[in-house]
Amino acid sequence: MATVNEKQRTTGLKTSAFTKTVVRGKAAVRIMEKRKGERVFNGSDKIRNRMKSVRNIQKITKAMKMVAASKLRGVQTKTENSRGLWQPFVALLGDGFSVDVKKNVVITVSSDKGLCGGINSTSVKVSKALTRVYSGPEKETKYVVLGEKGKAQLVRDSKNRIELTISELQKNPLNYTQVAVLADDILKNVEFDALRIVFNKFHSVVSFPPTVSTILSPEIVEKESEAGGRLGDLDLYEIEGGETKSEVLQNLSEFQFSCVLFNAVLENGCSELGARMSAMDSSSKNAGEMLDRLTLTYNRTRQASITTELIEIISGASALEG
Amino acid sequence: MRATAADGARLRVTAGSRPASQAFSTEVTEAPAVDSSFLEAWKKAAPNIDPPKTPLAFMKPRPPTPSSIPSKLTLNFVLPYQSEISNKEVDMAIIPATTGQMGVLPGHVATIAELKPGVLSVHEGNEVTKYFVSSGFAFIHANSYADIVAVEAVSLDRIDPSLVQKGLADFTQKLNSAVTDLEKAEAQVGVEVHSALNAALTG
Repeated sequence: MATVNEKQRTTGLKTSAFTKTVVRGKAAVRIMEKRKGERVFNGSDKIRNRMKSVRNIQKITKAMKMVAASKLRGVQTKTENSRGLWQPFVALLGDGFSVDVKKNVVITVSSDKGLCGGINSTSVKVSKALTRVYSGPEKETKYVVLGEKGKAQLVRDSKNRIELTISELQKNPLNYTQVAVLADDILKNVEFDALRIVFNKFHSVVSFPPTVSTILSPEIVEKESEAGGRLGDLDLYEIEGGETKSEVLQNLSEFQFSCVLFNAVLENGCSELGARMSAMDSSSKNAGEMLDRLTLTYNRTRQASITTELIEIISGASALEG
Repeated sequence: MRATAADGARLRVTAGSRPASQAFSTEVTEAPAVDSSFLEAWKKAAPNIDPPKTPLAFMKPRPPTPSSIPSKLTLNFVLPYQSEISNKEVDMAIIPATTGQMGVLPGHVATIAELKPGVLSVHEGNEVTKYFVSSGFAFIHANSYADIVAVEAVSLDRIDPSLVQKGLADFTQKLNSAVTDLEKAEAQVGVEVHSALNAALTG
């Protein structure tokens, strides 16, 4: 007994230090067990959930960007090949942009699917501005909308001016025959003096300015060529084929319409894919930044909660020994 | 002084924030690009939006009519999915206009010709390239530039004679048994194209 007491007296400090660590260790194990079994509510799991969803968004937008990039490669070659199509018409007839007519029909080319940046809004803005520019007494402007997104925006304030809407244009890969049938449809149903096609011309993946191509009806072409001006030399051209000049001019104008529309729809498709690429790219970049910020917050919260528990343990242990 | 500095700052801001829509077309002269009267009308109607581009801004301007006849014809032959020949200098082109085969030489009078299905042949020096053209238009300008726009064109060696005969027989039969105007028109078109194909292969 005496030896044990002696031992206790001589090794007093050491024993109590040892006891402290033992007590601390036991308490820590208890806390660890508690954390494994029950949820310790400290807000870090909320952040963990947010991080998971943001990471998924980042993956999805990255995938969408890849898909748009691969589709763009295919459509871009087609578009560039079709660019020679409208040049002969412009070389012959000039650009009918400034020609003032009574009945204007604005054909807005837009996309069916969303998530493509601002291209549909710019097209619609330009179409509305064109309506204002060409407005005046005795003049009327009507719309023909290609694509769902343009329709959704124009229906809001110009519902009674929309003659025709066409959607699901890009469902199958575009070819000339399809567009020719479409052009035929539009020509049959719409009366016009001038057709203005508004679309986004594809310059590069980051640049797609809105462009307006004009097609004048054959009567206006005749009138303008008699009046002189840019179309004045049209009279100098001999007409071969067909019975009358007006018949040839009508065929010419319809052919011009289908060619220009083909090019316009292809260019707009390219621009849509390019815009979607850049929109998804910036979206995944933003998601990445958000993820970084959330990771920092998560680590901070986690470390804070560990520190709090350690403090609890230590203060509990030091309270035990008095 | 303060006004000009503020103006300068505003100008710098707008130049930076405007996207690359104004940075292109360095190869085109500015003169015929956009009419100033239209620009003014646009600015009144929509002052905050950039005016849209027009096709003239994207095209290289054509040279004016020279005083003497040039030695070569500059030919442009375009299809919806490809520019077959672009700005190639040739000696002569024979195009299948609706009024018959038309030979186009440099210095030809300006013409707009409607094309019927037939053979287009391009003569350059000693070589001749032949295409079967479905239909389209040909513009011959006074400056010896010729533009041919066709819906479809194939080189003659890609046509299968047996299919041509079969198609001709089919469409002739359809024409005889056609009832409505639409069927008649379609069958007629088929017969025309196939007989032209036949003539192209044999002629």
